[in-house]
Amino acid sequence: MSIIKECAQPIKNTEIQNISKNTLLSLYKSMLKIRLTEEAVADLIAAGKIQTPCHLYIGQEAVASGVCTNLKKDDFVFSTHRSHGHYIAKGGDLKKLIAEIFCKIDGCCKGRGGSMHIADSKNGLPGSSAIVSGTIPLAVGSALGFKLKNTNNVSVAFFGDGATTEGVLYESLNFASLKKLPVVFVCENNFYSTHLHISKIQSIPELTKIGELFKMPVFKVDGYNAVEVHKASRQAIELARKGAGPSFIEAVTYRWRGHVGPNWDLDKPIRKKEEVAFWVNNCAIKKIEDFLLKNAILSEKKKNKIVKDVKEEIDDAIDFAKKSKHPKNLDFEGIFAK
Amino acid sequence: MRKITYAQAINEAFHQLMASDENVILIGQGVTSPWYVGSTADGLIDKFSEKRVIDTPISENGITGIAAGASLYGIKPIIVHPRMDFMYYAMDQIANHIANWYYMFGGQFSMPLIIWGIINRGGEQAAQHSQAIHALFMHIPGLKVIAPSTAYDVKGLLIAACKDKNPVLFIDDRWLYQTTDFVPKKMYNIPIGKAKIRKKGKDITIVSSSYMSTEVLKAAFILEEKAISAEVIDLRSLKPIDKNTIFSSVKKTKRLVIVDGGWKTCGAASEISAIVAEQMLKELTTPIKRITLPDLPAPASCNLEKKYYNDSNTIAKEIQNIMEG
Repeated sequence: MSIIKECAQPIKNTEIQNISKNTLLSLYKSMLKIRLTEEAVADLIAAGKIQTPCHLYIGQEAVASGVCTNLKKDDFVFSTHRSHGHYIAKGGDLKKLIAEIFCKIDGCCKGRGGSMHIADSKNGLPGSSAIVSGTIPLAVGSALGFKLKNTNNVSVAFFGDGATTEGVLYESLNFASLKKLPVVFVCENNFYSTHLHISKIQSIPELTKIGELFKMPVFKVDGYNAVEVHKASRQAIELARKGAGPSFIEAVTYRWRGHVGPNWDLDKPIRKKEEVAFWVNNCAIKKIEDFLLKNAILSEKKKNKIVKDVKEEIDDAIDFAKKSKHPKNLDFEGIFAK
Repeated sequence: MRKITYAQAINEAFHQLMASDENVILIGQGVTSPWYVGSTADGLIDKFSEKRVIDTPISENGITGIAAGASLYGIKPIIVHPRMDFMYYAMDQIANHIANWYYMFGGQFSMPLIIWGIINRGGEQAAQHSQAIHALFMHIPGLKVIAPSTAYDVKGLLIAACKDKNPVLFIDDRWLYQTTDFVPKKMYNIPIGKAKIRKKGKDITIVSSSYMSTEVLKAAFILEEKAISAEVIDLRSLKPIDKNTIFSSVKKTKRLVIVDGGWKTCGAASEISAIVAEQMLKELTTPIKRITLPDLPAPASCNLEKKYYNDSNTIAKEIQNIMEG
């Protein structure tokens, strides 16, 4: 079965051995929080309330949530221009995120970073970069730091399929493998490098071959099956934690909206309506929700309560962001740490 | 006090920094090789092991980013680029990531690390093995740049750079490695951003850094014989620049010459020239003069190299021309 057809399959009971009900619920909540936040952000952009370029994570939630539900608070997650999902999944402060997307003074980066540059020092989020592949060596370097300091922490580098044509990815994979560093490379293959289909940019159709080339364990997962992502990344993270070195995960996924902004870009000659419809119809959140309901891990009542709570948290965050002020002055002192 | 070479002073600073702080590491291409970094890394591998003296694959951008990533977790990397020319590969990590990290994330994370780039010119090495690109780093907000010219200064500035919470570009020049100076055995700091007046004078101010400071000092003594009293300012740090020391000197001499080992256009000399012109143009009695490399790639032929690089004689001659109007 091709991986794309696999993405249309429901989650099976046999898949959840060794995953607690709490973990499954955390996975669901995390994905829901990302989805509802991103939809709210999309609406705010459309309404002209947000200007900073936002690369929405809608459709890819199972990847960030599947990986991050295996991480400890002091593990590191490095993100990309499509940063909101990783930040939320890793437990970043939502109010500060939304305020940053509004570019306000109470944002996580005091309004200096905007959507593409977000970080939360208290929750293991040391930064995201708008330069494709830019944080990959940083993740490897943090893993070197963990190893030098004898901790059992793990560093995760999220990047897209577009990053697989950047040279620094290969430099980073090589060094991580040579030194057996505790880092997990998570390639979110959403098939599009901005407007170009992967078949037009990458001569290696099987991205896991990249990890194999550098002699590390590889995992190819259905990125629309949160349980599968969670299980594969758990294995990769455990290997890293016990000193067995890096792994490479390719999560096949799809973003619903365009490369940047709230639009679906169906009017542009980039992708077919049917293609988008396929992924929307196989929504990863719907999939885990159906599974949880069917197996009585979640009741309708509990589901409604979760949705309500998440919405309230998002509304509060938006309210907080709206009330926050724009930064007033260029902070020349802020260029260097004292 | 004993005299040691510039290279020995670097080596001593590394030994003392690594012994006093277990988080300091030396990483980069050739740190265990007998020739890449000269004698500057002597004995480090034996004392601190491969764990902290990490010889790397040729991956300038990757390794620079990796050092930066380690700095996010409390490691203090000194990353070496044994030839500056290869640092262009690392520009993405230096300019887009390292320089921006502290400010862009609202001061949440600093990247305290030393990025060491060695200028390695002459010897018919030509365009890709001779470059002095310190000015590029001066251009980028978020970086500090040091370019010491003496063994005493290099030790003190390296120690200051290692204690600094920010990324510091340490630019040195192989032509300095065998120069000697009195250097205390103990650890000491020289503050980043403070220039040093190497010679007092009253007729003209000459500003320079790194290797060119040694040529300028020789030029100043040649000029002395011709009854021209030059004040010689060795910047030691290129960013931040010690403006006040320059201003005070130019106020006194009313003349300014900048000598730099890099190219002319948008170079370090251009910046210093602009700083003085903006502040005190009317006090100058002669136009500001930049003595730099010509805007050409370094040629290989030793005959052309002689014309390409300035030395104390060419500098003295230019200054004599200014003084004689």
